[in-house]
Order: sequence, then C-alpha cells, then structure tokens
Amino acid sequence: MIATSTPRMGQALPAVHRERLMPLARHVNFSSGTRLFEEGGHADRFWIVRTGTVALDMHVPGRRPVVIENLGFGELVGWSWMFAPYVWQLGAEAATPVRALEFDAATVRQLCETDAVLGQEVGLWVGKVLAHRLLAARMRLLDLYAPHGSGLPR
Amino acid sequence: MSTVPVPYRVIDRWDETRDTITLRLDPVGEPLAPFAPGRFAMVYAFGVGEIPVSVSSIPTDGGVAHTIRAVGAVSEALCRKRVGDAVGLRGPFGTGWQLETARGQDLVVVAGGIGLAPLRPLIRRVVADPRAYGRVNVLVGARTPADLVSRVEIRRWATAYTGVTVDHPGAYWRGEIGLVTRLLDGAQFDPGQATAFVCGPEPMIRATARDLVHRGVAADRVRVSLERNMRCATGHCGHCQLGPVLLCRDGPVIGFDRAEPLMRTREL
Amino acid sequence: MPDTGQTALLDRAGLDALVAALTADGRTVVGPTVRDGAVVLAELDGADALPWGWGTELEAGRYRLVRRDDGAAFAHTSGPQSWKSFLHPQREKLWDVDRDAAGELTVCPARNEPPSYAFLGVRPCDLRAIAIQDRVLAGGHFRDDGYAERRSGAFLIAAECTEPGATCFCVSMGSGPAAEAGFDLALTELIDTGGHRFLVRAGSAEGARILDRVPSEKGDTTTSDAARSAVDAARDRMGRAMPPMDLRALLGASPEAERWDDVAARCLTCGNCTMVCPTCFCTTTEEVTDLTGDHAERWQRWDSCFDLDFSYLHGGPVRASARSRYRQWLTHKLSTWHDQFDSTGCVGCGRCITWCPVGIDITEEVNALAEEARS
Repeated sequence: MIATSTPRMGQALPAVHRERLMPLARHVNFSSGTRLFEEGGHADRFWIVRTGTVALDMHVPGRRPVVIENLGFGELVGWSWMFAPYVWQLGAEAATPVRALEFDAATVRQLCETDAVLGQEVGLWVGKVLAHRLLAARMRLLDLYAPHGSGLPR
Repeated sequence: MSTVPVPYRVIDRWDETRDTITLRLDPVGEPLAPFAPGRFAMVYAFGVGEIPVSVSSIPTDGGVAHTIRAVGAVSEALCRKRVGDAVGLRGPFGTGWQLETARGQDLVVVAGGIGLAPLRPLIRRVVADPRAYGRVNVLVGARTPADLVSRVEIRRWATAYTGVTVDHPGAYWRGEIGLVTRLLDGAQFDPGQATAFVCGPEPMIRATARDLVHRGVAADRVRVSLERNMRCATGHCGHCQLGPVLLCRDGPVIGFDRAEPLMRTREL
Repeated sequence: MPDTGQTALLDRAGLDALVAALTADGRTVVGPTVRDGAVVLAELDGADALPWGWGTELEAGRYRLVRRDDGAAFAHTSGPQSWKSFLHPQREKLWDVDRDAAGELTVCPARNEPPSYAFLGVRPCDLRAIAIQDRVLAGGHFRDDGYAERRSGAFLIAAECTEPGATCFCVSMGSGPAAEAGFDLALTELIDTGGHRFLVRAGSAEGARILDRVPSEKGDTTTSDAARSAVDAARDRMGRAMPPMDLRALLGASPEAERWDDVAARCLTCGNCTMVCPTCFCTTTEEVTDLTGDHAERWQRWDSCFDLDFSYLHGGPVRASARSRYRQWLTHKLSTWHDQFDSTGCVGCGRCITWCPVGIDITEEVNALAEEARS
C-alpha cells in the first residue's frame, strides 16, 4: 500500500544522505504572488517548503490560472528536474509568503551519479512523492462529493 | 418508542449548499426520545415515503435538525418543505458516535462533503466541553467552496486545528486544495491516544481511515459512519445488511476494524 | 415450553373433534389441504380437509402430488407455502396518515384485531422456522408488533415427520424430524396393525387443556415406542444433507469462492427461494395515496434480496451481479444470521430446492463450497 500521508524528505531519506544533501541547500524567501516557475521553462532547481503555501497551476488562455494543488510544509516543489528533458509541466506560485530550501538540480543529479546508493534513495523519495500525488489526483478525479457519488450508474 | 411517525413541524429552514438544506424541526405534540450525535431518524414526507437521515443538530431548547441533500424522490420532497410544513419522524435509531468513549483522548474529526452534517452535533458538543478532551482537530473536504456545509461555523469552532480543503477551488478560494487526507499533516494528535470520527463517501472513508491507521491510530478507535438502503430502521427489513452487520441496529457508526474487511469485499 | 408428558391417542374423528374444539374457541384453524395440484396451507373447516391419502414426490425443481394407499394425512412434505404467510403476511398495512386543511398530519397505526390462529400440522422444521422468526421479528430491541400479536395468540399443533422428502435435510440442520419443543400439541401419525391413529403429546398447559376436551384414548407405551421408531426411521431417510462441519465458518470464509460464479450462471435471481423459505423475513415499504391527496397509507410487503432494487443506494444497486445476490442469500442464511440473530437461518425444509425453477440445490452448493475450501 502507498501510504496516503505526505512523504517528506526528512522522513524519506536516511540521515546519512540527508546530511550530504543539506549543505547544497540555499534558504530562499518568496513574497506572496511570486512565480517560482512557469510551464515549459527549464527545470533547473527544486524546493522544499519550510513555511507557507505554494500553488501548482496551469495556464488557460483568457482565464486566470487553474490551481490544481497546494503544497505546504515539508513538501517537494518540482520533480521535472529529475527527468530529461528537464522542462516544467506546471506553473508554481507562492500563494502566501513562502520560506523554502532551494536546491540546484544539476548539482543534486551529479551527486546522485557519483553516489549510487544516495541516487537510489533520492529516486525512491521522488517516486513516493509522485505516487502519493497520483493517488490523491485519482481520488479527486472520482468527484466523490458529487450528488450521486462517483462513477456511472450500473 | 413509537412505531409510527411522530408529527414534527418545520420551524426553520436554510440552504446549506446548492442542493442541500437543513430543516429545523419541533414536535407538534409529544417529542421523540432525545437524539445523540451520530444517531438517525426515519424522516417521513407525506405521500412520498421515508428516508434515514442523521441528526445534524440537537438544539438545547428541544427539537432536532436534519440536513438533507436532494438526490431522490423523498429527499427532494423534504427539500421542498417550507417553514410551517409538517413531516413525520421515527427514531432515534442507531449506535451514534459514542463520544463518551473518547473522553480524555485527542480527537480527529474528518468530514467529506455532506458528511460534515452528522458530525456537526458531535463537534458542537466537544467544543462546548473542551476540558473533557485532548486536542480537537476538525478536517473538512468538499468539492468546491460553494459545497461547504456550515462554512461560517467551521471557522468559529475553537480547536487545536481546523482544516478545510476543496477539490476545485474556483476564483476566490485562498485555502487548501487537495484530498482531505492531506490535512492530517497539520492535525495535532497523539496517534496512541486519539479517537477519529470519519463521515463521507465510502472511498473517502477508506482512504482516510487507512491513513489514520498508518499513522498509528488503533483501527477500533477510527469510527466510520456507513450507509446502505434502509426501510424499517428497526432491524426487521433486512435491507441495511453489510455482511454480519445490520447498519440500522449495529451502525451506522462502526469501528474501522470491523468495517475494513466489509468495505473491501465487492458488492457485499 | 415444557413437554407436559401428557399423551393421548386420537383417531380421524378425534382429529376432527380437535379442529372443532379449536374453532369453538374462536380460533381460525389453518392446515394443509390439497389445492391446485399442491398441498397448500389454508383455513380448515374440519379434519376432512386434510390431504388424506396424498403424498408428494420431490426433486430439485420438481413437485408432484402422488396418491398413497395408506390414506395418511401427514405423509406429504413441505409445500410452496410456510406459516410465515399467516404470521408475517405478504402485505401488511403499517399506518394511515391524514393531512387536514391546515397541513397537520395525523398518523394512526394500522391495527386490526389479529385472528387467533391454530396451526395444524406444523412440521418440526417449520416449528424451528417460527422460533427463528420470533427471534428476528419479536426478540430484538424493537418488536414487529403485528407479528408479535399474531404470534402470541397462535396455537401450534406439530406433526412429526415420518415421510421425509427427497429435498429434506432437517437432520443435518438439527431441526427434525422429531418435535421437541415450541408446540402446544404434537402429533405423530401411525398406520400399522393397530390401525390409523395419532399419538398426541401436550407441550403446554393450553395444549393439555384443549386435549382434555377432545374424546381420546390414553396413550400407551407400545404406541409411544412405535411413534418413536417411526420418527427415528425418518431420520435415516433424509433425501439430502449439509456437510457435517461448521457452516457458519465455511460461509464466513468464502466471500471470494469461485463457486459463486458457477451458481450465478444458473441462478435466474427470481427470488422463489426467498418467497418459499420459512425464515426469510425481508420486507420493503410502499406509500399509497388516495385521489384526494390528503390520505396516505404505508404498506409493508415481502421483498427479496435477489431483487435488484433491494440494495439500491443513491445511484444504483450495491449488489448488481447475480453472484453477489446469491452469495448474500446463502451467506446470510447460514453464516451472518448467527451474527445478527444468534442462530442459523436455515431449517433444512428443502423448499428452496424444490421450488427453484432451475433446480439449484442449496446442499449441493454448500458441499461444493466445502470442497473448494478444502482444496
């Protein structure tokens, strides 16, 4: 079973690997409304939220961006940096003032290549995050709270 | 207990959402026995029929309130009732939340959609008596901000943590977006000393209860409210069977330890 | 009810006098009689209406009346009805509601003076079935008042089984062929060199009181022994049997058995088995209004878990497949009934086998499930 609780880096990675990653992090602050990245842009970094909320959204012409999900404390913002061609699939905006840890994607990828065990742990962590978000998205796709619940009548 | 509906009059009525209303009912003559949170009544619409509805408010000055979503013939007829109209009530039926067994514990109340209605009297009782419980958490999921039941009241409840999340935020929503389980990250409770009360659509109940158990809450301390077809509410019609359980009699609230294998069996 | 130990011997005229005594007490006497090619249960004017000289020939999906040379009155097996038709009728009004000009509702429980029944010829399996429905409908926190009133006034005359049918399996359900308790009077029919007579045992004070008013001979040990051995012989002639194991545990552990697909391919989901079953109690409700729109009635009628609407929950039926509906019926009967009402829901009368249009045999299905569980 995929745990439905949010997989955080702090819990997902063994301490020894966490300690190798943390020196690479940079403390950053975003004021409310700051765009972290845009769909189609080069995915060259990622963040872990320390305080505040980041909204993932998608651009629809002529309309305000559609917010798909909010990410909060401890959550990973951005995974496109893991996979070539390293292009953002969604946009992200600070919905509140946000404090976060920022990582440079190329540096982390390089570290993962030189230390295969660490690379595997990071890959597992991001995989768990993706699985968790996929499950949550699927549940919401059910539209459970609709008048007759979800699904077609038999 | 009366075996026939007891006349009640609608003394107030308000819209909760687009398709959900609450009827505040007062007895015309002798009232039914007092309701406890999580118990239900068979609500009778003259000339149409009866449906089971959990009590959504237990006013201190008597009477009872039921929150009803228009999804079928009887519920639509009840949603059309106006102040002064008469309905019939039988009850109270069912086990209820059995809040008394959670005294001293941290509470995690999780509601999905209209599932907040049966939890509302429980939450009100808890926030009115804060010293009897540990930290109180109220987690609410809804389809859109407009589909939120008790939207204003939710914010007034004094809790350790109150979270509201929606599937589709719309234009002006500044709150959480996503599945209700994501709110558990913000909730404050000691899993070993917590009791959870969960009500909503069955897949939401399953996901939430599983998550709570994964976090360390004992399965029998995760109370879930289930729903099946119901005709008599007195254990005689056979409709509300869920395997060994007669939901009108043994439920609608049962422990997740019992509910989990039953919910896992298809078409049970 | 204790067996008072009082026994007597009745002949055909004595049986007729018994019916007359019960009728004189204001009771409606109901018993087996031949009608429409079957032994049905109906109001009896006298003992003459009993199916003298009729037997039945049964198989899965088959029921035929056959003539008997011995003239026996209780040599037939379970017919298409059971006593629930009288104690828990197919349709029953629950309440009337009137709405006045001001919109006020007046609700009146529908209570007719229930007839005071005397049931003549209740098989031991059906005695057990009545006891089971007592527990379901009158033994819980809430009571079905209509049932309880009809039941408490009913006088039960059992007829022990000496001619079990090919679909009978009461022995393996522990409910027959002897009548041990739960009757006012129990008859055992004897046809031998001693003639055609009925040994009668009183099982209640009321039974003993009625028996005193009927001309009879005193029972003797020879006749009692003959009756015992006739019933014992029936024990060894059951047409069918459930596997000798804990059926509650077997069914409880079989929700995903492959056998359900097999039986579902044959089952028409017609619900015949639930209609003829003497313990099936499920009902649904109907709202009936008159033309003025100011009077409504609430009716209860038999329902079947094979009906698609039975499990309807906003949007659709929970049990849509035939597989799930057959599984619900059989699992409830043999397993979850214990959880809900502290007993089995099956008495081994064999009606569901006889009256299944495609001849599905509950004992064969359970044996197959047992086989599957073993493998």
